[in-house]
Amino acid sequence: MVSGLINANPVVYEKKERRQRPASIPDADEYSAEAIDQLEVFDHVRDIKDPEHPYSLEELKVISEDAIEVDDRRSYVSCFRVTFTPTVEHCSMATVIGLCLRVKLMRSLPSRYKVDIRVAPGTHATEAAVNKQLNDKERIAAALENPNLVDMVDECLAPSYA
Amino acid sequence: MDFDDEGSNFELKEIQTLSGHTDRVWSLAWNPATGTDDAQPVIASCSGDKTVRIWERSALTRSWDCKAVLEETHTRTVRSCTWSPSGKLLATASFDATTAIWENVGGDFQCVSTLEGHENEVKSVSWNASESLLATCSRDKTVWIWEVMPGNEFECASVLQGHTQDVKMIKWHPTMDILFSCSYDNTIKVWAEDDTGDWHCIQTIGESSNGHSSTVWAISFNAGGDKMVTCSDDLTLKVWEADIEGMRSGNNQVLWKHLSTLSGYHDRTIFSVHWSREGIIASGAADDAIRFFVESKDSVVDGPSYRLLLKKEKAHDMDVNVVQWSPGQENRVMASASDDGTIKIWELATSSN
Repeated sequence: MVSGLINANPVVYEKKERRQRPASIPDADEYSAEAIDQLEVFDHVRDIKDPEHPYSLEELKVISEDAIEVDDRRSYVSCFRVTFTPTVEHCSMATVIGLCLRVKLMRSLPSRYKVDIRVAPGTHATEAAVNKQLNDKERIAAALENPNLVDMVDECLAPSYA
Repeated sequence: MDFDDEGSNFELKEIQTLSGHTDRVWSLAWNPATGTDDAQPVIASCSGDKTVRIWERSALTRSWDCKAVLEETHTRTVRSCTWSPSGKLLATASFDATTAIWENVGGDFQCVSTLEGHENEVKSVSWNASESLLATCSRDKTVWIWEVMPGNEFECASVLQGHTQDVKMIKWHPTMDILFSCSYDNTIKVWAEDDTGDWHCIQTIGESSNGHSSTVWAISFNAGGDKMVTCSDDLTLKVWEADIEGMRSGNNQVLWKHLSTLSGYHDRTIFSVHWSREGIIASGAADDAIRFFVESKDSVVDGPSYRLLLKKEKAHDMDVNVVQWSPGQENRVMASASDDGTIKIWELATSSN
């Protein structure tokens, strides 16, 4: 058995077929009236590499298109809620995965979008604690000033920029 | 001040936007000694760009300019800044675990002292009314009290333990040496000194005392010091009151009691709240909006209740991190700062019908 890994034998799923999208301008107009949909958000995160395995979050079913919800209750602020499912209940990588999701979306979506991230209910032993950390922007900002953590995140995000 | 009688509508007029910071602006503070006939208003702001900026309004043009950039001192985000009551010193708290003290020496701001001790990010700093004490708090869960000595020396008087998580903000009572802290552990703690000079936690306001159910981000006192308002990630503002006469007579057993909870007005985290001299409560939240609340005369039975006076949507392009009323002569002037990197100066005006 491989020592050290939290989940040494993850289940790997097939990637969902990618829908052809019209070519988009790399630096999307900040004030473009076109709303961003769930699939576009999913496209930004599906290829993020799991911190422990050479597979994407999509392949490990940590994240799926259905797990991204648009919250359009308010006209003046646009929100997305991203729910991810760690591969095992005691996954200590849950906060790292959550951080990767947050950073990728922060870098990819126009700043007017608010993003809430949570673990799928019932899938993690310390769900409330993980969710609280991932949604405290002061804690996130401080964490991202830690070069070691940023390096780890950047490594996971590298495949998702294609 | 009875806002119910003012009849006409209120509007929040944008006076000016101050740009310059290259990252989110976390906090700002009006210099309390300015905003008078002799001294033009001055604001200090601090940012994720590791600098502090000093802004002053020109007497001639009435326009705000950046007078100084305090850089190359903090090595990480500067999270909060606050002037001493006399306006002579500025304290800045940083994620680099230090608190810097600055003095304006002939127009030049110099760092005259650096307070070290916290194990990690310092979140907030506050001076007591007589300027004899300074308090800081950190993610290391502690609150430190420092004695201000002559020659800009600071000595650690006490390290207060009690919070079980990251302490987000501390604030001295406006007139008495009683310290208040609020935390990621969802509680508010009250600290006071006993006869032997030891500091203790004399009250913890948690969920069971009608307290918040998530991180408490800020505390603000009313002008009289007998009420305080707190804001939280639980989407509510809570107003508390205490027997001020009892506190003044040195009774440390005086407890703060829940007076009112303002819920249903915010649907994203409230980061900042500030009570004006006249009694208007301003809040800044993660939905980019600024809201104003006043006491409503309608409810008489259980004591005062509060109503929404005005909601300014899209006050900024991103989260509002701080709202602060001006201490100066002009009433109803306020400043706010945001993740969008700007500071905005506002006037809460009544629009004529």
